[in-house]
Amino acid sequence: MKPKPFTYVRPASVDEAVQSMAKWREDSRILAGGQSLVPMMNFRLVDPQVLIDVSDLAPLAYIREINGEIEVGASTTQAQFMAWPKLAERAPLLSAAMPFVGHFQTRSRGTVCGSIAHSDPSSELSLCLATVRGSVVMRSSRGTRVLSCDEFQVGMLTTARLPDELITAVRFPSRKPGAGYAFAEMAQRHGDFAICAIAAMVSGNITRLGVGGVAEKPTVQEWSGLVGGEIDDALNDFAWSLGGTDDHHATADYRRGLVRRLGRKAIEEARKCSN
Amino acid sequence: MLELKKEQRHLIAMTLDGQQVRGLAEPRMLLSDFLSQELGRPEVHVGCEHGVCGTCTVLLDGRPARSCLTFAVQAAGRRVDTVRSLAHEDGKLSDLQNAFRKHHGLQCGYCTPGILLSAEAFLSQNATPSEQEVREMLSGHICRCTCYVGMVDAIHETAKKRASAAAP
Repeated sequence: MKPKPFTYVRPASVDEAVQSMAKWREDSRILAGGQSLVPMMNFRLVDPQVLIDVSDLAPLAYIREINGEIEVGASTTQAQFMAWPKLAERAPLLSAAMPFVGHFQTRSRGTVCGSIAHSDPSSELSLCLATVRGSVVMRSSRGTRVLSCDEFQVGMLTTARLPDELITAVRFPSRKPGAGYAFAEMAQRHGDFAICAIAAMVSGNITRLGVGGVAEKPTVQEWSGLVGGEIDDALNDFAWSLGGTDDHHATADYRRGLVRRLGRKAIEEARKCSN
Repeated sequence: MLELKKEQRHLIAMTLDGQQVRGLAEPRMLLSDFLSQELGRPEVHVGCEHGVCGTCTVLLDGRPARSCLTFAVQAAGRRVDTVRSLAHEDGKLSDLQNAFRKHHGLQCGYCTPGILLSAEAFLSQNATPSEQEVREMLSGHICRCTCYVGMVDAIHETAKKRASAAAP
């Protein structure tokens, strides 16, 4: 339960962080909040030669609004994001989801970008990013590139980030005028990994639903003009399409049931919030 | 850029419970091990060592941190508070500690230091929490003796007493 030896590097600027990554590439890992990476290092599932700590990198500690999007820098913690005064107004889905992200004690260290970089299939932040169609900003010595969340998250704990790329920020589109949002989750304990997490958005006659914790990565489906009993049929088809499997927390059948029940609840709540 | 080589011990200085302390740590040394082994602080308890149980929680610059998920080198130059920071200088227990005793918020006491520190940080951010909010905060800790009811009562009572003491 102790990590293997590694060299600890603390860059003083984003440029230094990028230079370090260019130098160490596959042998390095970025340390931000460490709430997922350090457990994996303690278990020796991950054993970087070099750990590049950006947790205190001041230029990456920010939340700002640009071009209708909320951009969150890589060293911003989940607790800081949750305390952002405009969160409920600008990003109602994230405001509803944040209390489910880990615990009070882990949100004070864990970062928004770190959770998305880790890309756990049950990550609430990855699910929200997929549902609002956000993007990920990465920098390397070759320059900056921005990937949509679909391009970014490839599968379970797998992303399109190259070994020398530093995730500097993630971007969440701000609330769509008139749209309603809702979040629902089932976990063994509040704050634990989601057995099933649901993010819903209703805008006019468009219904969009994201599901986390069932498939290899958050999956988003959109319907137009869904009415009455069609919702249950649509949710049933969606639940079967996700291909969930049995594990020691829940059976695939139970997960399909959660997609149907929590999905219905979230859609109804999102409808109430829309106008 | 700071670079601390692996398999070498580096000098780490920090403010621990208000005192300046220093010790040696390899980069891979967890803060929990540094506090308990290098600095001889047995009150820092270690449970699961992968961030689930919350037993090793300390305050890092006033904010709760799982010390098993923090490297000692990350705490260099910072303020670390353990459960030892809570009692008064003459050894008298704090109001929160007394409330835990009164309401049987502990039995074996192994998880208690982390829970007390979490509760202090929580109350500093939310002076009048609801029962649900207290329970959600406690979901970040595992206690196998009690059923959390006494802890919820103790934290609630402390919040109320502090609020009425602060009222004009």
